[in-house]
Amino acid sequence: MKETDTLNPGVITEINTDFEVRSLDTMCLNESTLQHPRWYNAKYLFAGILFGIILVKSEVISWFRIQEMFRLESFHMYGVIGSAVVTGMISILIIKRFKIKTIHGEPIKLYPKKYNIGQVYGGLLFGFGWALTGACPGPLFALVGTGALIILVPLFSAIAGTWVYGVIRERLPH
Amino acid sequence: MIELIRQPWPWYVAGPLIGLMVPLLLVFGNKAFGVSSSLRHICAACLPMHIPFFHYQWKKEAWNLFFVGGIVGGGAIAGLFLMNGHPVIVSPKLVTELKRYGVTNYDSLVPVQLFAWHQLLTLKGLLLMVAGGFLVGFGTRYAGGCTSGHSIMGLSNLQLPSLIATLCFMAGGFIMANLILPYILML
Repeated sequence: MKETDTLNPGVITEINTDFEVRSLDTMCLNESTLQHPRWYNAKYLFAGILFGIILVKSEVISWFRIQEMFRLESFHMYGVIGSAVVTGMISILIIKRFKIKTIHGEPIKLYPKKYNIGQVYGGLLFGFGWALTGACPGPLFALVGTGALIILVPLFSAIAGTWVYGVIRERLPH
Repeated sequence: MIELIRQPWPWYVAGPLIGLMVPLLLVFGNKAFGVSSSLRHICAACLPMHIPFFHYQWKKEAWNLFFVGGIVGGGAIAGLFLMNGHPVIVSPKLVTELKRYGVTNYDSLVPVQLFAWHQLLTLKGLLLMVAGGFLVGFGTRYAGGCTSGHSIMGLSNLQLPSLIATLCFMAGGFIMANLILPYILML
């Protein structure tokens, strides 16, 4: 869909409204019409710092903790993920109920995810990798931050894995 | 207070804090919590070649790169100032099992006897670090999200596809950790 930018007539901005494609492509679904200066992204840097600290301090980025989880030898990881989901659910419920807006006054939008068989195949492959490296993407970044530079290897490998997926994606069942 | 922060945080503190990332990012600017998209944005920014999957306006998704940059920074802050230097305390069962494979050092969050530069060119090291990382990156994109995007954001929003993905993450992890990893650790 093409839309004319109301602020700058003559400028055509392309908006992809095919949400199914966009969610598959994991692009951000909410295209804000507000234009912000680049430094506004600093708020996401701040959010990332908080998340990084929590990941390290809860030890969920530890290979040992992941091994415990997959051997059912500790409740810790289940407690963390479970209570995170419950907190997230309640938060989304509150946002929907009270129609809370963003700090810039835009309505908050949430989009459904669409099922495809990739969630099964990809999910299993991801699980294999998670048990081997003891880290999923967030923890890989956090571990590098703690100074475990060896984790740059799995991190680059993960980027390579994403790249190879992009190359062969048309040939994979979805 | 600082002593309390320096101890490992219990699940009932850490879990709800992680859950609060969901409304925080939504309120900051309508962003769905997730990490793995950043890997795709890095590909799109650095090596798009002629691959259609990497041709999109990644700069519009730059918030996600700032977010993961923050995660690295948060890791550094926690690593430098918020650690008490005690070894990771894990279940005695795991300690007994890992001892058989010669893994006895719990000083770091990462097992330094397995994840080290001199291990990189051994078969064990290649499988754990290189193949493991590759599967994480490939699998997460194929599944359309990782633990953050599916297991936390998706489940919080009651998405069935995210539940399926999460169950498959766990199934893959159980198979690898219990049935395959022991043989890799024996190498």
